[in-house]
Amino acid sequence: MRVSAFTRRLTLAFVGLALAFLYAPILTNFVFSLNSDRFPTIPLGDFTLDWYRLILMDDLVLSAFANTIKVALIVAPIATFMGFCAAYADYRFNFVGKKLVLIFALMPPLVPLVVIGLAMLAYLSRIGLSGTLPAIIISHIVLTSPFAMAIIRLRFSQIDADLEFAAQNLGASNWRAFKEVIIPSVKTSVLAAFLLCMAVSFDEYAVTWFVGGLEETSSVRILSFLQSAVSPRINAIGSITFITSISLILGAQFLVIRRLKKDAS
Amino acid sequence: MKRNVSRKRLSHLAYSGLWSLPLPIWLALFFLGPIILLVWLSFWDVRNFALTPDFQLENWQKILGTDYFWWAYLRTFLIALSGAALTTLVALPCAIAISFFLSMRARLIVLSLFVVPFFTSYLVRIYSWQIYLTENGIVMKTLGFLGFEIDSLLNSPLALMVGLVTLTLPLVVVIQSISMLSLDRTLIDAAYNLGCGPRRVLFTTVLPAARPGIVIGALFAFIFCFGDFVTATYLGGGRFTTLSILIADTVKSGQQWPRAAVIALIMIATLLLSALASITFAYRKN
Repeated sequence: MRVSAFTRRLTLAFVGLALAFLYAPILTNFVFSLNSDRFPTIPLGDFTLDWYRLILMDDLVLSAFANTIKVALIVAPIATFMGFCAAYADYRFNFVGKKLVLIFALMPPLVPLVVIGLAMLAYLSRIGLSGTLPAIIISHIVLTSPFAMAIIRLRFSQIDADLEFAAQNLGASNWRAFKEVIIPSVKTSVLAAFLLCMAVSFDEYAVTWFVGGLEETSSVRILSFLQSAVSPRINAIGSITFITSISLILGAQFLVIRRLKKDAS
Repeated sequence: MKRNVSRKRLSHLAYSGLWSLPLPIWLALFFLGPIILLVWLSFWDVRNFALTPDFQLENWQKILGTDYFWWAYLRTFLIALSGAALTTLVALPCAIAISFFLSMRARLIVLSLFVVPFFTSYLVRIYSWQIYLTENGIVMKTLGFLGFEIDSLLNSPLALMVGLVTLTLPLVVVIQSISMLSLDRTLIDAAYNLGCGPRRVLFTTVLPAARPGIVIGALFAFIFCFGDFVTATYLGGGRFTTLSILIADTVKSGQQWPRAAVIALIMIATLLLSALASITFAYRKN
């Protein structure tokens, strides 16, 4: 749009403010995790690693982190596989009610977490699973596979649909065409989806809190800390979760953007 | 020959089924199943602290008959509506800048910067805002230095809005930007050539053409705000009991799951109706 340099600068400054607003809570969290004062405010106290030391000696925190990693490592491959299947099926086949199935598959992240939490809790306790790690894993797959499907579907929409048929006309079987044409073109976005699923699983707190019972992940541990009192220990766990999920998301974005650039060039 | 053909068709069917079925089956088992159970659960009875399958309307009568529920409903709805409106207003200049004032490269970077926070722990970010806004917190002290005397911003509507914008801004900026980036640029050029000023171009060309994205963005913000319980709990300090808090409290403190199920179903119905209304409005031709 043709606007004056002043308007342009003003709008861009607003974008800067919006980003500052989004990143301020993340940055302060890091600062207070390294600050000696028990009550987080300014002026700051001394530099300390005590809060990290405290949480790393806390068995509840350690087992929560162990659970988080276990869950994410099981959830991400399954959710990515299911998301891939749905994305490929939508790209490749036509069947009655396809649109309906797609909308249905995108629903889970849009239902309020507490509602899913309650429904899952009731359902999983009927089949004797509530309060177990499998319960957490099952619900995380429901919550993350739509993200995987969306990312991978986006990539499929850039692939020429005739390529696979061309391979088949040249005598390749379904599987051979799949292996030679589809896998090479989507593998980066599959990896991106994998990282994204891990990040979403890592930060999920509500449904996990409902169905997990005494099994805690790190996000649920944070929730329990929050329910008791203000403590810089929350900042220390928070920093670890921030670093993890930010790395995962940046990794996913790097893969997607590099792919875009490769296509553009 | 014929046999060959049918075998080929069979293998194609198997091939397509293999890809089409896993996710729908999983979601039918572990998403649709739980939601259907939720409907049934809302008619169950609680006898001697045990859930008993039944078909009685008492839970619905109890919930729909209390003022307390309706006040919570109204409160939740208004909070979500204000959150969605505020986020839409804050996101619009951002989406305009991203779509029209940035180079391709800068656009990708800024969009990525907006996406990252969305996937980081919402709980910890809200805890950080609590630290900012609390008595003797950073914001209070800064205001104190400047000569303003305020006790605490925590537990105020303002604190709620801070939390809800934190939750929904990234998503809304991305949705609005996508819809503005896919606008037909020749429309904008045409408006300029016809002598429109920038403001007129914005209000008569850009915003109407980007309406689907703006409305759908607001809808997503509304959905997320409507279901939130973290901001209401930790920045609202228990002063703003929302429907999600009602459900969480009911489930975590006792056996009254059927009543919580009633509230949950009313939430789903509200969101479905809101979605229907907004989608109709977003794509209405005029």
